[in-house]
Amino acid sequence: MRWAVIVFPGSNCDEDAALAIDRVLGDAVDLVWHDQRDLSAYDAIILPGGFSYGDYLRSGAIARFAPAVAGVREAVQRGALVLGICNGFQVLTEAGLLPGALLVNDHLQFCCELAELQVENTKTPFTLDYAAGERIRIPIAHRDGRYHADAATLTRLRREQRIAFRYVQNPNGSAQDIAGVLGANGRVLGLMPHPERAVAEWMRSADGARMFTSMHRFVEQQGASLAASAEGVGRLG
Amino acid sequence: MAEVRVKTKAAVPSGQPAPEEIREQRRYLDLGLTDAEYERVCERLGRLPNYVEAGLFGVLWSEHCSYKSSKIHLRKFPTSGPQVLQGPGENAGVVDVGGGLAVAFKMESHNHPSAVEPYQGAATGVGGILRDVFTMGARPIAFLDSLRFGPLTDERTRYLFANVVAGIGGYGNCVGIPTVGGETAFDESYRHNPLVNAMCVGVLEADKMAKGAARGVGNPVFVVGARTGRDGIHGATFASAEDPTEKERSAVQVGDPFLGKLLMEACLELIATGAVVGIQDMGAAGLASSSAEMAARAGGGLELNLDLVPVREEGMTPYEMMLSESQERMLVVMERGREELAFSILRKWGLEVAEIGRVTSDGRLRLRFAGEVVADVPVAALVDEAPVYDRPADTKYAKPGLAVAKPDLPAGDADAWAQHLLALLAHPSIADKRWVYRQYDTSVRTATQVGPGSDAAVLRLPGAARAVALATDGNGRYVYLNPRRGGAIAVAEAARNLVASGARPLAITDCLNFGNPEKPAVMRQFIDAVEGMAEACRALDTPVVSGNVSFYNESQGQDIFPTPVVGAIGVIDDLTRVTEAAFRAADSAVILVGPIDAALDGSLFWQLLAGQPAGDAPPLDLALERRVQDLVRSLIRAGRVRSAHDVSEGGLAVALTEMAIAGGVGATVTLPVTPRDALQRAGLLFSEAQSRILLEVDCASAQDIVQEAGQAGVTALVLGKTGGDAVSIGGDDGVWLTLPLAAAQAAYEGALPQAMQAPSARGEADA
Repeated sequence: MRWAVIVFPGSNCDEDAALAIDRVLGDAVDLVWHDQRDLSAYDAIILPGGFSYGDYLRSGAIARFAPAVAGVREAVQRGALVLGICNGFQVLTEAGLLPGALLVNDHLQFCCELAELQVENTKTPFTLDYAAGERIRIPIAHRDGRYHADAATLTRLRREQRIAFRYVQNPNGSAQDIAGVLGANGRVLGLMPHPERAVAEWMRSADGARMFTSMHRFVEQQGASLAASAEGVGRLG
Repeated sequence: MAEVRVKTKAAVPSGQPAPEEIREQRRYLDLGLTDAEYERVCERLGRLPNYVEAGLFGVLWSEHCSYKSSKIHLRKFPTSGPQVLQGPGENAGVVDVGGGLAVAFKMESHNHPSAVEPYQGAATGVGGILRDVFTMGARPIAFLDSLRFGPLTDERTRYLFANVVAGIGGYGNCVGIPTVGGETAFDESYRHNPLVNAMCVGVLEADKMAKGAARGVGNPVFVVGARTGRDGIHGATFASAEDPTEKERSAVQVGDPFLGKLLMEACLELIATGAVVGIQDMGAAGLASSSAEMAARAGGGLELNLDLVPVREEGMTPYEMMLSESQERMLVVMERGREELAFSILRKWGLEVAEIGRVTSDGRLRLRFAGEVVADVPVAALVDEAPVYDRPADTKYAKPGLAVAKPDLPAGDADAWAQHLLALLAHPSIADKRWVYRQYDTSVRTATQVGPGSDAAVLRLPGAARAVALATDGNGRYVYLNPRRGGAIAVAEAARNLVASGARPLAITDCLNFGNPEKPAVMRQFIDAVEGMAEACRALDTPVVSGNVSFYNESQGQDIFPTPVVGAIGVIDDLTRVTEAAFRAADSAVILVGPIDAALDGSLFWQLLAGQPAGDAPPLDLALERRVQDLVRSLIRAGRVRSAHDVSEGGLAVALTEMAIAGGVGATVTLPVTPRDALQRAGLLFSEAQSRILLEVDCASAQDIVQEAGQAGVTALVLGKTGGDAVSIGGDDGVWLTLPLAAAQAAYEGALPQAMQAPSARGEADA
């Protein structure tokens, strides 16, 4: 399968994501510059962590206007997998591809630590390889990570089983301890924790690796890899 | 060479004094030049300098840029060795770490700005040191920060501390480089003069180093990045002024980490093309120092047309453009004919670039503005011929702690001794620093094998089966008590931290934070500390490859503790041998490598009892230090060590408890002594005597290790075993104290969060 990692000028986890895919799966992965709209070659697209355009306004508020995000929107339409990590999650909510918003942490500080998560739904393309009710450890590193949505949205998310992960100990005041949510079609996941930083024991946890193996297995099982021509896609240094 | 006439009068913008006025009204004093220095400038030029020229000399001859008070002493540092690819004098030092890779690193102080505007002061400190490192062509991989503040009971200190930490995180987190280590200590001495020393480490291919030299006559000179504004004019001279309460907030610059990140990516891409001849950050004294220093390194000259400098506002004078310290700007010399390459890369990153001049061969820095030559001075006079002072120093340092009476310590029961230990664990200088480093991204770039909280941070190097270990250290109290030994301890302890993590120390960088060098007592501290450091560097084979000096850390006549901070780097070439400070298992043997010592000299324990630093600096024998480090390193390399921890502030009892808390495993140890009184018992528990490392090893190999240590000329003792849920310490006369792990942990981990929860800690909040 073929992966894209979108690179905004202020992305800083783009190479980590590509490296994790290479470490865990050995799949083909391209770093795709933010001005590229055509993402039709990709089975899965990652919006990585970082500070897309500095995020001096609201995290992700400018990134949603990027050509690549228009491409992501089209990819969602055709059912490709989209994974937004940290800043990528913020971008997806700003773009309206996921419900809710990420507010500044309730303690108003940046917070970086290994967080324990409860896997809430193992029937998604991102969580197939986790066990039901399993607790995993994945690092968080953010200042604007407090998930917020109105009561009706939260109820709908719960009813539709679109809460993918919850924090075991809420680190930022997120509504209902939510760490990651799914889009309406179940093919989009946004989460604040960084699975790409937990793919080897020496990183303190290898639990993130199974998010990538899940996505890989889902795409392979679908059989029909979406038109995977690599032409015209340059790998960025 | 064309004849150039400097039309000083015609070039004087309104409001700027003419050369004669500068002399007659002694306006040069405002520009940072003394009477004698001004005379020297006139003599060297053979005429009176105009305002711009006098300004150039003022900043380049400032203490901050010229190191005029420290230069003759810094020459005592060893700076070379087979591992050194680049010593002091460039933007950062570079050492060979094997496997075709090299590491560039440097530490720099941002004390004065941080005392006035803590968030931006700290943030721009991080941004500045970042640029120094990527300028060498190195991809930055880590930050470390060494911080000193007054007591946290003080509201303003809490405001400074909170905002310095937020500022470091604000910049470092955004540029996506992990902050993996450092230290934070609190003492009354730093109440009005906090220390903020930032270190950056980058990795590069050993044969791909970039340099800050403006070579190749005719090559074009570019300004890249932010526009030049009026911010930070006089930052360098301001840093050399005395009282931070009189310092202006407006002289502090504002950082833009997003632009800093773009600049980093673009410059690394640019350097990789091979078309960059020379590159330098516009740091302190901005365009003035970057252009003069680049020309000086090449032994040539530069001609700049200031009309072409992109500015933020209209009406900026040449003087303001040369001295502006607007952040996120680089000066780049490209190979003539390859400019288009630069433009395309910079365009991609959305960066502004302007060609402002060219390299010349005449050894002069010549500035044009509005059709006039507004400055024309010999580069050598600005840089190489800056004044050098051998400032008077006291002949002998009166060690202030020797007069302190020995404490009168009651015998006390086991509970009282447990309370002593708890008090140390809860002291902010010793207590867990999670409150600090939780605010830093420690794992971005996915190379952090060991983050903050252990003796050294360990980072894997890209594409190589090796890692670098990084640590900072420096105890101002020791240096205050005995500058020479304290200076040596700073180096020894930083290297020891690397060794305890399994690394071979390679080299150091330093920030020498001292008081007012015009005071003979402060100069004595400085000279002795430098000599002590140099001695330790030679003993441990860790040359100094970069660093900086920060003088005038004084307020209301009170100088800070002399505080040289050492940033050390080492290499680990077997990733399976990385060792941490946390106990790994129950039923391991606990071994003390190094002497049993009861000297309370310089200890935090004695300071807390006496209300002031007391005694001499802790004992240190550099030959023994070397043997201890070599032994522990070989034991770790042989895979015989489960965990290791340097015995430092708080002594043996604190070191043991830290290992237990980190590992969640208790320990019971017995020292083979019967103390004659309470004071000696306290010494055995809390002495900060040097050259000591605690090891956790397999019980089966413990006796062999002790024997091997003896053969290596090092004392080693099996003290006891890990296990249980308490730390218990005693001697031949029975158990001295038992502290449940839960209580120890509560004190150790709760201290900083509790101190910072006090009202108005956030004070003036984010800037």
